[in-house]
Amino acid sequence: MKCGCARPDSHLIYFQVVIWRAVASIAWSVLLLPVTTAVFVLLSRFSLFHPIQWISDCTSLLAASSTIFSLVVLCGVVLITGFFNLEFYTLVPSIPCSRMALLGTVLHPRQCVHSLVYCTMGMLVMWCASVTIGGRYSTLGTTCRQSESGEVVTCLNEYHLFILLAGAFMGYSHSFLGVVQNMYYVSFQPIQQYKYPRFKGCLPMVVKCSVIQALYSARNFAAFYFFFGYAPKTWISSTLNLQIDSSLQPLDSLTGLLDLSLLYHLSISGTFLYLTWYLTVLLFRIYVTEAYSFPVQSTFTEDAEQSLPKVLAEKNTLVMKFLALQDLALLSQHSLSRRLEVFSLSQPGGHAHNWNAISRECLSLLSELTQRLVAHQDAVASNGRVKSQSASNFIFPVLSVVVSGTEDIAETPRLSVPLRTPGSVFKSSVGGANSALTAPFTPDVDSPFSSPAIRRLVGQQDPQSPCFGTVQSPHIMRRGPKPWSASTGLSHLVAASFSEDQFGVVQTTLPNILSCLVVLLEAVDRHFKLPHASSKPVRTICSMGDSTYKTLRFLLRAVLKTTIYKITTTFGEHLNAVNISTEHRKRLQQFLEFKD
Amino acid sequence: MFPSPVHIYTDGSDAEDHVSSAFVIRHQKKRNIHHQTQLSLAANAIILAGVVCVWLQPCDLPSPQFTRDTLKGHSRPESSSRSAFLDQRDTLWMRSAGAWRDAGLYGLLDEITNSAEEVPRFLAVGSACVLALLRWASSFHGSLFPHLTLSSDEMVAEFSQMLDWSDSALRSFAWHPHTDKFAVALLDDSIRIYKSNSSATPTLKHRCQRSVCALQWKPLCGSALAVACQSCLLIWHVDPTSLSTRPSSGCAQVLSHPGHSPITSIAWSPTGSLLVSASPVDTGMMVWDVAAESAVPLQRVGGGGVTYLSWSPDGSRLLAATPSALFRVWETRMWTCERWPCLKGSCQSACWSPDGGCLLLSMQGERVIYALTFSDLTGGSKAASVVADLSETSFPGPDGDLTVGGEVCSLSWDPRGERLAVLLKGDSQAVNHPSVIAVFKTRSSPVFELLPCGFVMGEAGAEPRFMQFHPHFQHGALLTVCWSDGRISHVPFYFSSAGLLGGDSPQQALASNTADHSSNKLYTEQIS
Repeated sequence: MKCGCARPDSHLIYFQVVIWRAVASIAWSVLLLPVTTAVFVLLSRFSLFHPIQWISDCTSLLAASSTIFSLVVLCGVVLITGFFNLEFYTLVPSIPCSRMALLGTVLHPRQCVHSLVYCTMGMLVMWCASVTIGGRYSTLGTTCRQSESGEVVTCLNEYHLFILLAGAFMGYSHSFLGVVQNMYYVSFQPIQQYKYPRFKGCLPMVVKCSVIQALYSARNFAAFYFFFGYAPKTWISSTLNLQIDSSLQPLDSLTGLLDLSLLYHLSISGTFLYLTWYLTVLLFRIYVTEAYSFPVQSTFTEDAEQSLPKVLAEKNTLVMKFLALQDLALLSQHSLSRRLEVFSLSQPGGHAHNWNAISRECLSLLSELTQRLVAHQDAVASNGRVKSQSASNFIFPVLSVVVSGTEDIAETPRLSVPLRTPGSVFKSSVGGANSALTAPFTPDVDSPFSSPAIRRLVGQQDPQSPCFGTVQSPHIMRRGPKPWSASTGLSHLVAASFSEDQFGVVQTTLPNILSCLVVLLEAVDRHFKLPHASSKPVRTICSMGDSTYKTLRFLLRAVLKTTIYKITTTFGEHLNAVNISTEHRKRLQQFLEFKD
Repeated sequence: MFPSPVHIYTDGSDAEDHVSSAFVIRHQKKRNIHHQTQLSLAANAIILAGVVCVWLQPCDLPSPQFTRDTLKGHSRPESSSRSAFLDQRDTLWMRSAGAWRDAGLYGLLDEITNSAEEVPRFLAVGSACVLALLRWASSFHGSLFPHLTLSSDEMVAEFSQMLDWSDSALRSFAWHPHTDKFAVALLDDSIRIYKSNSSATPTLKHRCQRSVCALQWKPLCGSALAVACQSCLLIWHVDPTSLSTRPSSGCAQVLSHPGHSPITSIAWSPTGSLLVSASPVDTGMMVWDVAAESAVPLQRVGGGGVTYLSWSPDGSRLLAATPSALFRVWETRMWTCERWPCLKGSCQSACWSPDGGCLLLSMQGERVIYALTFSDLTGGSKAASVVADLSETSFPGPDGDLTVGGEVCSLSWDPRGERLAVLLKGDSQAVNHPSVIAVFKTRSSPVFELLPCGFVMGEAGAEPRFMQFHPHFQHGALLTVCWSDGRISHVPFYFSSAGLLGGDSPQQALASNTADHSSNKLYTEQIS
């Protein structure tokens, strides 16, 4: 799913879209750094009783060369974080099935490298923080006077070491929690927002998360240092030949740790650290999931690879496929002109390539999901219930892929609803055909000339043959430009055949769509009968990890039902003329009566 | 399922019916002998020269009545019943924990301050100082937004669409958008679901279901009902095929978000994919993905909260009213909003035209209806225009003169866009000035028009509290009204859609009928 794309064209569009977005998000993270650093400086030097001195100290500190150097280091950290985001992000959450599997993931070499890099980055950020705070934290070595001899030697500054080790600890816990909470899982939002309002809306949540996470980490690290702090301290002091100042209280003791100032600085430095990382992740998510508008139909052959049907069929770059699905959902709801493009016919030949490709892709996604669900159910049936828990965990990553596809197929009939007026193909209600949207494309059904012609045309069809579109439309289309030896409503009829084609385009696939949806719904219903499937996950209060993947199965069921309801309410009784099997018809009848 | 049309009011078929509405009823009486039962009810109708008030019941829709006596109100909160029990001293820790649980930080600080002799002095003094500071801050905040000083129940009563909510046996009402069933929330915090042709009435009760302020069925779904409660949002899944009369509370999803309660308004998107909830204390409204139980807050500064939400039928816009003199109209594609400051009060009620192009609004304390038009091409109107002035006017009624008119409390537009019902507040002190529902015929093309059609009044002493049009009544429009005596009744308006017949003559006939009344300034038609 990364740049493993074989074809140069798909690589190009991946580069154009995703890489540029990642670069833009990193650029914004870098631009935000001075702001967060300034806030951090203000908070770290805070003194309630000397406000004027506090402000003047901070302003001079912000202009100091050490701060500028820290900013350069922090920029490097942000760049590396952004690179890791791009490299590690995933659209399919990885759900370890057992503790062992989780352990395996954590100890995976790739993850080890990740942890190591984050430890280093944590130490770097904390070094910058300690330099910024200054005072007793600023350097690793301090001068001290030995108690017996009284000579001045270089001693180990335990406060500095403490802060650096805290950075490494927080870096590791960030890396570890990233696996546990699926930090790199990028999910698409249920609603679309512009980037700035979305960032503004998420900012309080991110600040809150980083504060909470920093407090937890500070507590855990304090406990960790209390028990194991002696080891790194002696190691560093012996390696660097630094003395340990015995006049100071050692920090791996209870009294040493109960230093409010130390804990305050640890917490705000931790908050600063987490905020830097979380903001980068947030900006990356916002940029990557921003809607991208693909051309429905490419004018030139060079950019044919960028057209919506082509990208939908994309196998290598999953993110492009998701963006295309999102785009499909959006155009189905909000863009009439692009919908019309979907339903248009190719100029020589008169084939509905666009619609066919799109519907084929969506249907294959759905049937693939159905197959997986059925296979999973079979596995459970044969192996008993022991395996079910793990297997059901396996299946939901897949759901996440397809659920957006489902939503789109949900939208697809919806978008066509205003266009294909059911009455015009099926025999019964010719009169109900003029909605505002169809007006330019439907013949004027109420006009005295056209309507008998259409009625006759429709009347000729056997009402029981729903595939009228398949058989008839190419003929009609081919004859369209030729003179029709027929009635006075000649011109209207050409228009009618054209518009019938518009409808036929969708209608031919309607039985497929319906049966595919019903089969999937049955599979999902059966899935919910499995043990544990209908139990709700525990809601996490505050974490940067996106936990929406835990409820995907409920989402899938709700979306499926809404989709079928949308189709049944639009088509109503006309569905009886659609050629589907009896069981499916029975199920659809329940939907028609709102009994499901 | 409904009986064959009783043409109380036909618009199209034959013009002779339109000589006068009184005549319409007599005429129908002669013709439809087999509808004796309805017509004897119709004889009670108050006929106001040319406009008709109808009191009819379609026979198979349930119209239950609830009285306050039969419903036990919900148990009082523990703090108010405390005086009934003997005082028993818990330890300070227990009391503090209880206070924290019951009343949050305020309660905890209050408890510590009150038990000054048991705690260290610095703690008592400190908590007293913090409490004073908090009170000062909240009173300052409250002076900006007075509604924040209300208690949770008072706030629900203030902003509920049900008038006189706290006193009413009926708390909320909602028709199902596709089938003939409706849900009623009652004083005892239960919800009952009534279906036509079915005597089974499932009763929904849940521990969290307190002070129900709004109900709405999910569109494109047979079972899901969203309930706005005092502390959370409940989504009931009531299986329509089940015969159970007491669905378990396991059928309900509980959605809550810290700082987002009480919830006073909810709105499903017309496609059923999203649910938006609003609370007067939260400046953000929550856009819920119900199946995933996740919410996206949409925060805007200003207004002090969100009280009322209404989604346009085409799904493209969403109205969000605030407790201040400000409302917003969100477009739902990219979720940006237009800000509409009002001159005087807050927005009280609103309704969308079926195509989503026109929004009618009423403001608190005002006797006019405003209209806003929206258009994707031109951007819509820049200012709201007054389309109707509903000041007091007297009409000759059967029992002497009747005064009609007043504050517009509620608006409802029928799904075909042909009838508009307006709930006008009466004057309880005056003798002949009851609350009535005025019904208008509406046309949106070529220009927006409101034509007076009639009044709906209750039995003696009963005032309308809430009204909603049936979402898919086939023979015209069906207005369901909740009355102050706890009765729910259905008022049908039988007409065939003017758009299909395409004749203008009935409209003109009606206009000539009512021309003399529009001259006495009850309805000053302004063409927007």
